[in-house]
Order: sequence, then C-alpha cells, then structure tokens
Amino acid sequence: MNIIGLYNYWIVVVLMMIGFYVVIAHENLIKKLVGVSIFQTSVFFFYISMGKISGATPPILDDHYQLYSNPLPHVLILTAIVVGIATTALGLALVVRIQEAYGSIEEHEIQDQDTQDQMESRLEAYGFRKKHVLSVQNLDE
Amino acid sequence: MTAETLLLLTILVPLGAVIGIVALGHSPNLREAVSLTASLVLIYLTVSLYKITGAGAAVSWEGLHILPGLVLFFSIEPLGMLFSLIGSFLWLITTIYSIGYMRGHQEKNQTRFYICFAIAISSVMGISYAGNLFTLFIFYEILTLSTYPLVTHAGTEKAKLGGRVYLGILLTTSILFLLLAIIGTWYIAGTVDFHPGGIFDQSHTLAAAVLLPLYVFGIGKAAIMPFHRWLPAAMVAPTPVSALLHAVAVVKAGVFSVLKICTYIFGFDMLNRLPTTNFLLYLAGASVIIASLVAMKQDNLKARLAYSTVSQLSYITVGALLANSAGALGGAMHIGMHAFGKITLFFCAGAIMVATHKTEISDMRGLGRRMPVTMTAFFIGSLSIIGLPPCGGTWSKWYLMIGTIEADKLILMVVLMVSSLLNIAYLLPIPIKGFLYPDPDDKKGLRQVKEAPLPSLVALSLTSVGCIVLFIYPQPLYELGTYFLEAAGVHGR
Amino acid sequence: MIDHLPILQVIVPLLGAPLCLIVRSPRAVGLFALLTSTITFLVSCLLLQQVLLHGTIAYELGGWAAPWGIEYRIDYLNSYLLLLVSAMGAIVLVASQTSIDRELPRSRHMLFYTAYLLCLTGLLGILCTGDAFNVFVFLEISALSSYTLIALGNDRRALTASYQYLIMGTIGATFIIIGVGLMYMMTGTLNMYDLAQRLPEVHNSKTVLSAIGFFIVGVCLKLALFPLHLWLPNAYAFAPSIATAFLAATSTKVAVYVLIRFIFSVVGPEFANTVLPLQEIFVVLGISGIFATSISAIYQLNIKRLFAYSSVAQIGYMILALAIGTPLGLTATLLHLFNHALMKAALFLAIGAVVYRVGSSQLSHFAGLGRQMPWTMAALVAGGLSLIGVPLTVGFVSKWYLVLALLENGWWPLTVLVLFSSLLAVIYVWRIVEWVYFASPRIFIEEVKDPPLSQLVPIYVLVFANFYFGIDTSLTVGVSKRAAEALFGGIFL
Repeated sequence: MNIIGLYNYWIVVVLMMIGFYVVIAHENLIKKLVGVSIFQTSVFFFYISMGKISGATPPILDDHYQLYSNPLPHVLILTAIVVGIATTALGLALVVRIQEAYGSIEEHEIQDQDTQDQMESRLEAYGFRKKHVLSVQNLDE
Repeated sequence: MTAETLLLLTILVPLGAVIGIVALGHSPNLREAVSLTASLVLIYLTVSLYKITGAGAAVSWEGLHILPGLVLFFSIEPLGMLFSLIGSFLWLITTIYSIGYMRGHQEKNQTRFYICFAIAISSVMGISYAGNLFTLFIFYEILTLSTYPLVTHAGTEKAKLGGRVYLGILLTTSILFLLLAIIGTWYIAGTVDFHPGGIFDQSHTLAAAVLLPLYVFGIGKAAIMPFHRWLPAAMVAPTPVSALLHAVAVVKAGVFSVLKICTYIFGFDMLNRLPTTNFLLYLAGASVIIASLVAMKQDNLKARLAYSTVSQLSYITVGALLANSAGALGGAMHIGMHAFGKITLFFCAGAIMVATHKTEISDMRGLGRRMPVTMTAFFIGSLSIIGLPPCGGTWSKWYLMIGTIEADKLILMVVLMVSSLLNIAYLLPIPIKGFLYPDPDDKKGLRQVKEAPLPSLVALSLTSVGCIVLFIYPQPLYELGTYFLEAAGVHGR
Repeated sequence: MIDHLPILQVIVPLLGAPLCLIVRSPRAVGLFALLTSTITFLVSCLLLQQVLLHGTIAYELGGWAAPWGIEYRIDYLNSYLLLLVSAMGAIVLVASQTSIDRELPRSRHMLFYTAYLLCLTGLLGILCTGDAFNVFVFLEISALSSYTLIALGNDRRALTASYQYLIMGTIGATFIIIGVGLMYMMTGTLNMYDLAQRLPEVHNSKTVLSAIGFFIVGVCLKLALFPLHLWLPNAYAFAPSIATAFLAATSTKVAVYVLIRFIFSVVGPEFANTVLPLQEIFVVLGISGIFATSISAIYQLNIKRLFAYSSVAQIGYMILALAIGTPLGLTATLLHLFNHALMKAALFLAIGAVVYRVGSSQLSHFAGLGRQMPWTMAALVAGGLSLIGVPLTVGFVSKWYLVLALLENGWWPLTVLVLFSSLLAVIYVWRIVEWVYFASPRIFIEEVKDPPLSQLVPIYVLVFANFYFGIDTSLTVGVSKRAAEALFGGIFL
C-alpha cells in the first residue's frame, strides 16, 4: 500500500482525530469550538486534495495545458467553508451569552449551576417560591 | 325511518344527549330531563329494532373505511340485540336512580357525570351492534376512557389510585393482548368480521390456540382472574356508576365480547379442537370459586358485590368456552339475569349509603326496619344472583349446568353448585341481619322508616320486580338466546 | 409559474427571512412571517396536486442540466412531506402571534421570525433537492437557524442546550459531508439520481462502505436516534414554546426523510443491508431507544422535556418500522412521520398556551389547570390519547401498520414489545392527567384561563387533524403506500 503517496489523506485523518479529541476532551467551550473548527477543516482539506490531480493546472482553458484539476470539489468546499464560519460565529456568540449568563465558560461549572437551577425548580414544585424570575421586561431594557 | 337509521340513531342519541346536557348544565332539572328523554328515545329505538330484527330482517350499516379493508361496520345479531335492550332499559332506570342519589349525596360535577354516562352508553350501543372486531375494539376503548372520569368522580387521592388501577389494567390488557389478537386475526384470517361458525379454518388451529387466550385475557372487562383487580378498584365511583357500569354495561361488554368472539370468530367446532380451551375453562372455573371466597371476606358492601360480580362474570365466560348450545344459551341469558340482579343489589347499597351513610356490612344490623323496601329488594336481588326461584337467575344457571353436563365436564358443574352455596353464604346474611337482628343504635324501636330519596327507591323497586318478572316470563331472553344460537350456526334447543 | 413551483417552495421563505429584518415592528413582522409561510403552504398544496396529476417533477435549477447543475426532484414522498412541513410551519405561526409575546422581548421578535423562516427554508430545501451536497447546505441552514431559535429561549439553560446541539449537529453535518465527499470521489457525481445509477459499479470498494457509514451516522445524529439523542431533550425543553412546537413537528422528521431517501433512493435497500448490518442495528437501537427514552419520559418534571423524550421514543418507532425492510414497514414509517408531527405539534402548542398563561412548563404548575384552562387541557389530553394510540386517533393508525408490518415478518416478540411500550406512553400521559385534574390549583397563580383564540384555534385545528386523519386515512395511507412502493421499486421516479 502506498502510504507516502496517500499522505494527504493521512493529514486529513490526523487532523480529524485531533479535532474530535479536542471536542470531547476539553471542558472549555471556546476550545471545544476550536476542536470543531479543526474537525471541519480536515474535511475541507479532504475535498480540496481530492480534486487535485498531480501535474494538472487550475481549469483555465489554454492551449498549453491538457490536464486540469477538478474544480467542483473546490467550489463545493467554498460553500462548506461559509457554513463552517457561520457555525463558528454562532458558536462564539453563544459562548459570549453563556459567559454573561453563567459567568463562566467551563463546562463543569456551568453544569453545577444548572444542577442548582434544577434543584430550585424541584423545590419550587414542592411549593417553594423561586428567588428571582428572569422576566421579559428586564430583557427588553 | 329505515332500520339503518334506527341503528345509527341508537349510537347517536346518547351522544346527542351530551350536547343537551352541556347546554343545559346550569339548570339541573332540565339537564336531567335531557338524560331521561334520551334514555326513553333509546328504549324506543332498541325496541323497534328488536321488532324489525325479530321479524327476520337483517340490519347492518357500513361506513368510514378507516384503513383499507377495515370498516366501521355495524350489524345487528340477536346477542347484540339482547345486550343493547338490557343496556337501554337499565340506562333509564339508572338515570332515575342517579337523580335521587347524586342530589341526595350532594355530589359535585354532576354535569360531567351525566356527560360521561351518556358517552359510555353510546359506546355500549356501539359494542353491541359491532359487526367486526375492529369496530368492537374502538367502542371498547371509548368505553374504558369515558368511564375513567366516572370512576375518579370524587377527585380524591383514593379515587385517583382506584382510577390508576382501573385504567392500568383495562388499557394494558386491551393494548397488549386484545389489539395484538385482533391484528393477529386480521393477519391470519384476512378478515375481522364476525361470521357464523367462525372465520378460522382447519389450517389455523395452532394460531387460533394462541389467539384464544389472548382474546380472553385481552378482554379485561370480563374480569377473569388474574385480571380482575380493576373491578373492586372501580368501586370508588359513585354508586350509580358502580351499578350500571360496573355491574352491567362495562363488565357485560366484556363477557359479551368473549361470548361473541367465541361464537363468531372461533366457532364451537374450532373451540372444541383447541388445546387451550380447557385451560381457560378451568381458569374461569377457578375465578368463580376464588372470587366468591374473597367476597365472603369483604365487609364493605360494595367490595363484596364487586367480587361477586367477578365470580358471576366467569359463569358467562365458562358458558362461552363450553362451546355447546346449552352453555352459550345459559351465558347469553345470564348476561340479562345477572344484570337485573346485580343492579338491584348495587342500587340498594347506594340507597343505604345515602340514607344512613353506612358502607360496612357489620353496621347494617336491624336496617330492615328503617329501610324495609330497600332490604326486601336486596333480598330479591340476592335470590336472583344465587339462582333460586322465584327469580330470573334460576334459568340461566339451569342452562349453564346443562351445558357442563353436555360437555361432560362434571368438575365445572360442581364448581357452579359450590359457587351457588357460597353465594348464599355471602349474600343472604345481609338481609337476614337487616330484618332479624335488632338495631344496636335504636334499642327502643322508636326510629321511623327512613328510606332513600324517592327516585332511587322507585328505581330499585323496578329492577327487583324485574328479577321476578324474568322468572315468570323469561321468553324475550330465551328467544334472543335461541336466535343467537341459530345465527351463530349452532342448533338451538 | 406552475413550472417553477419546486424552487418557489424554497425561495419564498428564503426571501421572506431577510425581509423580516426590514419590517421590524413586532406585530407586523409576525403577520408578515405568517403570510410568507401561508404562501409556502399554498405552493406545497399545488405541488402535491401536480405530483398526483403528472407524477415526478424534475426541475433544473438555473437551467443547468441535471448531473452538473442542481436538480430538484419532487415525487410522492417529498411532496407529501413538503405539505406536512409547510402546513406545520403555517399553523404554528398562527399561534405564535400572541404566544411569543410572553416568551420573547419585543425587540427580538424580528430575529425570531427571521430564524424561523430560515429554518423553514432549510427544511423545505432538504425535501426538494435531488443533490447530495445541496442536502448538506440546507441541513446546515436549518440547523444554524434552529440553534438560534433555541438560544432565544427565556431560560439561561437554553444557551447551553443550543451550544450542545451546535457541537453535536456540526459533527453530524461534517460526517454527512465526509460521506458525500467519499461518494463523489468514487462516482464523480452529486446528483442523487445519478449516484443511484453509478454506485452499483463501485459497490465492492471500501470507500463506498465508509461513505455509507459516515452518512448514516451523521443523519442519525441529526434525527436524534437513541443513543445519539442527548442534545434533543434540553433543546426542546428550553426553546421558546413556538420553536419547540415547530422543531418537534418538523425537523427530526426531515432528517428521517434524508435517511429514507439515502437508503432507498441512493444506495438501495438490498445493498445497504448486505454491506452493513443495518437491519440489526436499527432494530436494536430502535427498540432500546423506545424503552429507554419512554422510561426517562416518565420521570421528567418538565412537560416539555417529557414530550421531548417521548419524541425520541417515537423516532425509535419510525426507525424500527424502517428496519423491517418491507413496503409495509416503510409505509408505517411514513405514516408515523406524518401522524407524529400532528400529535407533537398539538401537544407542544397546548403546552405553549400554558406557558403563555402560567409562565412555566413544570409539571407542578399544571396542577388543577383542568378547571382553569379546560379547553387547552382537553386538547392536551386528546394529543396524549393520540400518542398512546387510542382508536380513532392517528396514533392508532400508525401503530396498526407498525404491528402489521412486524407480524408480516413474523417478529412476534418485537410486536409484543412495541405494544408493551405504548403502555409506557399511558403512564407518562396519565401522570399529566392526574396533575391536571386531581391536584388542587396553585394558589398564587390567579386569573389563569384559556389562551386567546389565536392560540386555541391552531391547537384545535391540529387536534381535529389528529382525529380526522385517524378516521379518514385515505390521504395519508394512500400517499404513504404509493411512496413506499415507489421507493421499493428502486425507482427515484
């Protein structure tokens, strides 16, 4: 098997695993997003290298060249990059809001606070009043 | 009006009454007038249908193709006619009784009560005229759901728990077993229509052997042990509910379905071939005895009557599973005989509760002097349940016994006889205590006669008279029973 | 105009979305979004009519011929689902006109409606397109906008739920493009119709195998198949009620559509089963998902979360039916797809009405609402009954077909398990019923009454649909059957 010749795929796989590992292993929400980005980027590489043919040029018609790379995967991946950016942007925006709401972006700290919220609502279920209720009017201002 | 219209009206009239009840909910008198009128109209409808079908006309109505090949299909056959006649007559009487009881007891949410009652009756009519298993199943489930609010009418914690058991068992059995059996039948036989002589042929014997227990257990309303717990649990309901629904409509819908499935889906030939029939037969026999024994231990009057109902229902299941003409005839007649007997007993229990707030049998000593009419009615009802002349229950037990002999199952005959003795042991002490013992609270005998409200009293007198009339004049039931045997492809006696 | 229906279906909401930002005024933006979605709905009606009349519509986007340009293909399957999704989109928006006031500050209304219309665009796009990469793009449009919708929820936990969903969803989407990329590598085409033709030539390669694996895992993440469902309960629980109603009714359904389309139209069911033990995997995951999540649902304290878990269980039913691998099984999946959307939309809108009046969807806040919000609670119970699968509701129709399909394959044990699992639904629905009707109302919430008509009407339209399509199944069963048969014919018509 031509291991060296397929180096582009090896890069893709390694990047993908790194990204995936970061998403799973890290507590920090920003780092998780970084992981997701790396994960997505590996796929971009995959598509781009897939369209490349050794010795070929970009598909600009010219008499000197016979061999062209396949432009379609590259075009596709432009779309995917846009989607990726949108995802990252949205994710970051969420992290900012989470930071505002919880005062932390560490997953376990957020979970602790959520558990507390849950306990409160459970207590409320048995007749205790909540201390403060987030109201729509407050948000409006 | 064509017969088809009449048929549909029997289902629609109680539903129409719902609208009237809702609209007039603010004025109790008008509201009850709607219920009474509807029940009178229903009686008129069922009686005219009885005349039409008695003249030999076949009445059926087919509508709504719900799924390809599955139709909402009504078709009148004698057993259904019998059931609907009983249901409609007793609805009228129970409505009269309820007026006295609900007001005397100052129950809340009476409008809801009458609404659910009317829906339940409508689904009883649907069950009795169902022409295929699918239609039967639909109305069976509506009956379960519409009676749930009635069982939990009191809204207390106890009612909630009772309702849980009620709904839990009835839905569990119907979804897990009955629905499975119906879909299985549809898959194996390709039809779910009721057909004289059954719809399975020889090659289906093995599958039918599996389906039979699924049906018998799936029809939880027939309360065969071990799926009987819902019936005592349902006794948290107001007494009119216990009387009509849990002594007549709901439980009879169960045994009616068993009888109908045994005759029109399996057919007696098939039943006799199946290896599982005997097992179920003896299980039903065991239910008869065990439920009677449990009934003896109950001090709460309604609980005792509930267990007695469990036992009596298994009589009918036995009759159906005996798979011979006498057994089926006895089962069919017992649907009617037991209905009159048991509703009388429940009416009495309710009347005692309204008049004296007593629910335990041990407190009822000397009650006969305060409530002579009620206690007499109770005595007559008891005789009918036991199966002694001059009450209607005699006839149905007679045919059931003949059925056991014909089927050569002497053990079951012994079971029926022992059960009759047990009936005596748990029912008769109540009127005996009532009449022969002195009232412990009333040493000097000063207390006046104080009966339940008049409507209730009228109702329970009517049903107890009914018990006696059915002894002297059992023809309608007997005729419908024999027609049923003919329609089911079995030779009448 | 008629020729361009397929693209109009997508472009109308796509153009509507940015216009929402221009309209700005909270009241007007709601009406504008409603108008847009109504037009979308009308387009889908026309489209279905066209498909029923003329068969499959192939539409070349921008005039580029099929294998190179993007092609939209509308056949029975997607025209049926387009109708469902656009109808849900419109009905839910009727309710949102008032409901949203309570849950979102007025300044954010336009953002909500923009995201809503974008989400609708994405979902409709997935359904319309016949291009594998286009599926990914629309999937991400709908996903990104649903993250936004969820994050708009009132509770701060909505943010974490949305974040969680974003991470899981993105991983799923990336898996999908890997799958698409691998397939493109082997065949050189992205058009599904073309892919279906060319994939058989390269069936033996490991690349195709891994492509199928990646794609299916990615889609299963999106459709929340147990155990990949962890993002769903929180997302549904904390999103604004309107968003929950919309997403629950549509988004997972569309993901199921993608799975069906991919397995049947692109890969071919026989091949998918030979290279991967798909049937075994789906059966095991489906049935364990049904049980695990139904049991979780029983223990939830928040009704939205409860029904979110129930949604995952219902997806289990769809996947199980899909795994049967017969036309009947696929019909059951498609039917349940449609029917479940009706139930869940009705249920979540009813819950939305409670949130509107009471301000919470905690189970304890439902105490005694049966008296205070009778109409809403009646709708909730009706939806619950449909979820259980009571006859005459849509739930029964799907259950019937599922059981029939299981029996056809002789899978008795699974049949029993499926029926048993619907009893779990009885338990969680009845928990709500008991809170609603038996608990005493909370003291500090006064003046709770039924919501305004603008919410009650859509709720009742859906409840009515739940019963209507449970009684007259000609449209749903008819179209599902034709779609299933077409898919099994191996034709992407």
